[in-house]
Amino acid sequence: MSELKEDIVFSDGLNAFIEEWKKKPGNLIMILHKIQEEFGYVPRAAAEVVAKRVGTPLATIYGVLSFYHFFKLTKPGKHNIQVCMGTACYLKNSEMLIEEIGHLLGLPLNEITEDGKFSLEAVRCVGCCGLAPVMTIGGEVFGKVTKDQIPGIIAKFS
Amino acid sequence: MAFRNYILVCGGTACESSKAGAIYDALVAECRAQGVSQDVQVVKTGCFGFCEQGPIVKVLPEDSFYVQVKPEDAKEIVSEHIVKGREVRRLLYDKDSSKKHAKVEDIKFYQKQFRIVLRNCGFIDPENIDEYIAREGYVALEKTLFDMTPDDVINELKIAGLRGRGGAGFPTWMKWNFTKQVEADEKYIVCNADEGDPGAYMDRSTLEGDPHSVLEAMTIAGHTVGARQGFIYIRAEYPLAIHRLEVAMKQSREYGLLGKNILGSGFDFDIEIRLGAGAFVCGEETALLASIEGRRGMPVPRPPFPAVRGLWGKPTVINNVETWANIPVIILKGGPWFERIGTPDSHGTKVFALTGKIRNSGLVEVPMGTTLREIIYDVGGGIAHDKEFKAVQTGGPSGGVITKDYLDTPIDFGSLTKLGSMMGSGGMIVMDEDDCIVDVAKFYLNFTVDESCGKCAPCRIGGRSLANILDKITKGNGTLEDLDKMEEIGGAMKKASLCALGQTAPNPILSTVYYFKDEYLAHIVEKRCPAGKCKSLITYSINTEKCIGCTACARKCPVQAITGERRAPHTIDPALCIKCGICLETCKFGAVEVR
Repeated sequence: MSELKEDIVFSDGLNAFIEEWKKKPGNLIMILHKIQEEFGYVPRAAAEVVAKRVGTPLATIYGVLSFYHFFKLTKPGKHNIQVCMGTACYLKNSEMLIEEIGHLLGLPLNEITEDGKFSLEAVRCVGCCGLAPVMTIGGEVFGKVTKDQIPGIIAKFS
Repeated sequence: MAFRNYILVCGGTACESSKAGAIYDALVAECRAQGVSQDVQVVKTGCFGFCEQGPIVKVLPEDSFYVQVKPEDAKEIVSEHIVKGREVRRLLYDKDSSKKHAKVEDIKFYQKQFRIVLRNCGFIDPENIDEYIAREGYVALEKTLFDMTPDDVINELKIAGLRGRGGAGFPTWMKWNFTKQVEADEKYIVCNADEGDPGAYMDRSTLEGDPHSVLEAMTIAGHTVGARQGFIYIRAEYPLAIHRLEVAMKQSREYGLLGKNILGSGFDFDIEIRLGAGAFVCGEETALLASIEGRRGMPVPRPPFPAVRGLWGKPTVINNVETWANIPVIILKGGPWFERIGTPDSHGTKVFALTGKIRNSGLVEVPMGTTLREIIYDVGGGIAHDKEFKAVQTGGPSGGVITKDYLDTPIDFGSLTKLGSMMGSGGMIVMDEDDCIVDVAKFYLNFTVDESCGKCAPCRIGGRSLANILDKITKGNGTLEDLDKMEEIGGAMKKASLCALGQTAPNPILSTVYYFKDEYLAHIVEKRCPAGKCKSLITYSINTEKCIGCTACARKCPVQAITGERRAPHTIDPALCIKCGICLETCKFGAVEVR
């Protein structure tokens, strides 16, 4: 265990989870989910630890990480803004939300603001189609959003 | 313990997002504060389906249907309705009803619906197993364990004629029978809850509102085919559904309905949750199995089918959430009962997520054979803002559009395929005159290109080529040959792609070219977008007769493209205009025009 990188510390809960799942077949995606839950993304150092502990090559882990949209390889902003681009939201012009947020925060899609406060991503259906167009910030859902409401919503988190 | 009143609060994701949790807490607190908590039970249920009007609160036994409720309304609901027995009229959906009580049956949204899959959604507390049991929950399991042989179960499904609700419509009894007949030391049961179709949320609502129905059905399947382990593969994007499944599984283990020696029968069966990670292709069964195994979710050629060689090479029954939810009812009421519902081609009901430019967005369950017109106009209340109906899209990125002329088609698997669309998992997206059909096709193509796993060339290369051509057309650079080229590429993808994702990806294009050729021609020949959506093909101008020179648009224009004297008609400089549309939104006199 001495070769492990010291710069990443797993919580006891995460360590216990890995120990429990290590023995089960098909554990990799579940473990990566737990890591992302803890860090907000999957840091390379964490992936290296998993490779050693579970005995899965790092290349395989990155193969999986890069295949699935849900896994993030870079740290998101403190408040991650997600704009739904499902069909219902798209028809109700959710692109406008991305433009307006980008304009307001000087934040291009899939980027993070300089102060690390906000990041912006377009996501697949959030599943609140009745509320289209929908955006979420840190899990809080905002539905039937109009252009005028955006500054107020952002201000709540600034 | 019986209560005088029951207050049901919708706890589906859409209502939760609009503060249903706070409403629930406020109602509980108010009942306590006003001294009626002994007489009233407040329950957080699954989705009522009428998402457009959420958050929804229903009070029993009066069946009062309160819509767009806010946490502040809790006080009045308790003090008026519960204490004084008077409905809070201003919150009722049907405020003007002359009847004493506006009952749920009186609401048009529910009248044509028939609920099998969603039978418990909005009625029970999904986090309380006793409520499921009180509505005949786990009786079907008991029946299959003690009164029926596995062959009886399969025969019942065969009589019922249940077909897979995930989109393909494969007979469920055949899948089960294949797996049952194979000799193997281990077999698996899998629930496909990887609902990736954008604009669809039927499975999520079912799991959030009635998780036990799926657990019960999977256990029945395990006993029937001889499996001891089940997996639910669910999107990580559905935290509420995952939570309710976990609660449900814990409760059924405590009750001896899951785990070792179920109901003393000697049969062992348990279920584990596996999370998806945002890959649409994992809805395809072989890709889904690869993902459960912890690998990249890439499909493999079939046969062998998973029913014979599936998870870790073992025979595996995979069904979609909605299919599972039908099974306990079929076992209880019998195959012949189910067989009588629907059309000769497709029996039972289908759940649709009705969204887009419709007045009543929401989750609807109708018998097969209901027409599109009934769903859109009677259940859905017609097109929002009195716009003109243009088309309805079914089957998501794998389906196609259906036009006005075919609205009276009774819906079933066969009829939709005949129209060049498909049933799909149940997304139903309504479009109005403002939607550009080419742009919608481009939206779907970009989606499938993004989600293609890249394993086979027809899907990987063909999809990209189609998306490029559509992009060219929406930018005004399309040629007539492009239409033929798209059909040629699409045809090749249909024939040669490895899995359903690539085989169906051209459908949104092929069906829109077929039904809306004029609109493609307008883009290609006239360089014009009739719906005014494709930015490269439209120009904004000001009608000098309507403009009063209020300067509102000029002040809002981000690029100073609008000039003009006060109180005199303004003009837009097309060279500067970035077509953002702010002037159109700003003008109160309808003077800004798009062409």
